[in-house]
Parts: sequence; structure tokens; C-alpha cells
Amino acid sequence: MIEVKDIFKSFGDNEVLKGISADFKPGVTSLIIGSSGSGKTTLMKNMVGLHEPNSGKVFYDGRDFTAMDTHERKDIRQEIGMLFQGSALFDSMTVEKNIRFPLDMFTNESKAEKLDRVNFVLERVNLAGKNKLYPSELSGGMMKRVGIARAIAMRPKYLFCDEPNSGLDPKSSIMIDELVQEITQEYDITTVIVTHDMNSVMGIGEHILFLHQGEKWWEGSKDEITSTDNKELNDFVFATKLMETLLKK
Amino acid sequence: MVFYHFGKYILMLKAVFRKPEKMSIYKNEVFREMVDIGLGSLGIVSIISVFIGAVTTVQTAFQLTSDLIPKSIIGGITRDSTILELSPTICSLVLAGKVGSSIASQIGTMRVTEQIDALEIMGINAPGYLILPKLLGGVIMIPLLVIVAIALSITGGYLAGTASGAVSSAEFIQGLTTDFIPFTLVVAMVKALIFAFIITTVSSYQGFFTKGGALEVGAASTKAVVISCIAILVSDYVIAQLLL
Repeated sequence: MIEVKDIFKSFGDNEVLKGISADFKPGVTSLIIGSSGSGKTTLMKNMVGLHEPNSGKVFYDGRDFTAMDTHERKDIRQEIGMLFQGSALFDSMTVEKNIRFPLDMFTNESKAEKLDRVNFVLERVNLAGKNKLYPSELSGGMMKRVGIARAIAMRPKYLFCDEPNSGLDPKSSIMIDELVQEITQEYDITTVIVTHDMNSVMGIGEHILFLHQGEKWWEGSKDEITSTDNKELNDFVFATKLMETLLKK
Repeated sequence: MVFYHFGKYILMLKAVFRKPEKMSIYKNEVFREMVDIGLGSLGIVSIISVFIGAVTTVQTAFQLTSDLIPKSIIGGITRDSTILELSPTICSLVLAGKVGSSIASQIGTMRVTEQIDALEIMGINAPGYLILPKLLGGVIMIPLLVIVAIALSITGGYLAGTASGAVSSAEFIQGLTTDFIPFTLVVAMVKALIFAFIITTVSSYQGFFTKGGALEVGAASTKAVVISCIAILVSDYVIAQLLL
């Protein structure tokens, strides 16, 4: 479980996060949503330590991540997997080497064991046999799936996804969403996804956090999101014609 | 502003020298960088060195108009200017352009495509993993390149001098072997080591802290070359003052 307690973050005079608190439970797909500039990516970066909060705490299963030094954080980081918006695959390495990289760095497994793990996760993301391809030879959706495979290669307890379906067609988006949800439930991972895609919200939004101007504006599930009277959330949810039409029907 | 960047550079170096996560992976990376920096630059360094030696010999001969000065001095001048200045400094300036811009753009691209963030999330010391192998590859291979450059410059000078008739073979060799001070080679190696450190770390710094996109990567690469060249020339002067 990840607990975020009263996180504040500013860049110069610009206050991006204003006292955000939330709990993210294992086995549940949690979505952080909000319009551009609402602070959702900044919140995620503060949670994983890519940014340092001005104040507030982040706990990983009771361990205070914000109070740890770089060395102490290393242990927790090996329990974290992250899928980046642009996949962030190492472009000079093949798919296999990309996935094997954290295993090479942190485990003492034999070559055969590592290859087995690579093949297993590749199969899990429906990319069996693509070991020798380079990232430049993959489509956007395939790159995301390799990103997921690399993120779960180390059997993480926590999975973060930054806009996992940005730039993908609706079919590939759904495939990625379902894959992330399946993995979350199968391995009881605490998964946090930053998105502004309403398809994802309605598809896998078991726990949703809506940020507005750096504040937590609403928290609930996909079943509650369409019936709320929160104006800002409604403006966000029904911004697309599709959602509006569906609701009228 | 200068102090801000210098402080950040020192902090980056501190992170670079942190204990590696897995020595075997770092070792492979160092060998890869040695091949990239050393073998990858051998061609350009060889061509430049031969011509620098040749030009030094021809121009020295042109300026020695007095019959009172023995022609063998041409060999001595070519040797000393090559060892002390031309090979270490000119080679390093060329390498700042070739190796430095490549390092800055490589690391800068990794920064803007979130590959460095990915390393950090995995718990890998990104400055150590990305910069240390380049630094070690540079400080091992650039002095070796400078030794090759010295040999080729003197050979180029010999060939140009004898071919043009400016100096005979015997006179050039006599000049080369007379009054040779072995300490000049030590100075050349000290220069090569320090220049290698400057090229690899300054370029890595520019790449590592790139913000933005493709344009900024290009700007970082240009800045890496310019700052490296200035730092090389300033340190060249300081080393000369201190050691000679």
C-alpha cells in the first residue's frame, strides 16, 4: 500500500500541489485524473522520488520514502516498476536487453533464468518472439507493452504508469489498460496510473483521484463518477461529445 | 551563475564516483567506451597528426634563413613543439568536437526521452552508470591517442622535411635525438589526462542536465564543445606554468 500524506510542491512561485493526501491499495488500479496542469504527473514524480516534495510524506507499506537517503531508497526502487509516457526504452538495446537490464543489474540469476523471465514477461504482454527487435522497429503500442514488460520484470510491488495510452489508437489503449489491470490483480500490485483518458477511467477506474489546480477535488470509483454533482469533475468528464451522448442514451 | 554550475558539476562528479551497482556491467561499458573513443577517433587523430608534423617542419624550415643555424634544429623544434603542445592540445581540441559532442548528445537524448528517469526509478545511479565508463574510457584512451599522435607527427615532419628537401634525413634525426628532455613526455601525458577528464565530464554535465527537446540537445552539444575547448586552453596554460 502507498500512502501519500499532505504533499505540497512548488516550482518557484508556482504552487503545483497543495496538500494532497491519498491511499493506494494493492490489487486495485488507482487512477489520478485531471486536466493538463492540474498536478497529476507532478504528484506521481513526487511519489517515486523524481521530484522532492516541499513538505508531506510518502509511505511504501509503512516505510517513509521521503525521509530516506539515496542509498536507502535503492531497496524500495527495486520494488517499483514504471511505465513512462514515451515508454523510455533504451534505444541502443534490443527488447530482450531492455527487459533483462534491471535483472542484470540487481539479481544474481543465471543467464538461462534471466532469459526465462524475459520470455515469460514478453509472453505476458503478447510480444513473444520479439526479443531481438530494437525499439525503433516497434509500433507505439508495442513499445508501451515492452515498457510494461520491463516494469514487471523485477516482480514489482508497486507499478506507476504515466499516461500509458497517450498517442495510441482506441483499440491499443484498451489493450494496454486491460493488461495493466490484469497484472495488477494477478500479482496483487499497487498500481497508480496518471491519465486524462476517459476510456481508461470508465474501463479500469476502480479507484479514482481527481485533481484540480493542485488540490484533491474528488475521490471515488468509475461507478460514482458519472453521478457526482462536482462541477469541475463534470466539466472534465463530459468534455467529450462521446461521454455526453452516452450519458443521454 | 558560474558558481552554481560549478557546484552542480562537482555534485555530479561526486555521484559519478559512487560505488557501482554491478562491477561486471560497468567493466563491459568501459571497454565499449574505450573502443568508441579510442578506435573511433584513431583515423581523424592520425590524419591531423601527420599534417601537423609536416606543416611544423616546413614552416620551421622556411623561417630558418640564417646559415649560422644548423638545419638539424628543425628536427628538434618539430619534436618539442609536437610533444609539448601540438599533439596533446590540438588532438584534445579535435576530440572535444568529436567525442564531446557525441557524449553530450547521447546523454542529452537519454534525458529528454526519460531514459535517465527510467534508470533512476530502477534504483540505478544514473550519473555513475552513464558517465563513469565514458570518463574511464577517455582517460585511458586519449593519452594513448596522444602518444600515437606524437609518433605520427614526427613521422609526418620527417617525411615532409626530407621530401621537400628542407632538411636531410640525417639532419632531422640528429635534431630529434639531440638534447631530448624526457620530462616533456611527462608533461604531454599530464596534459592528455587532464584534457580527457575535461572533455568527458564537461560534455556529460551538459548532456545530463539538458531540459527540453531536440533543439536543446543540439544546444547542449554545442555548449559542451565550446566550454571544453575553453577549459582545455586555460588548463593548458596553467599546466605549462606549473610544470615547465
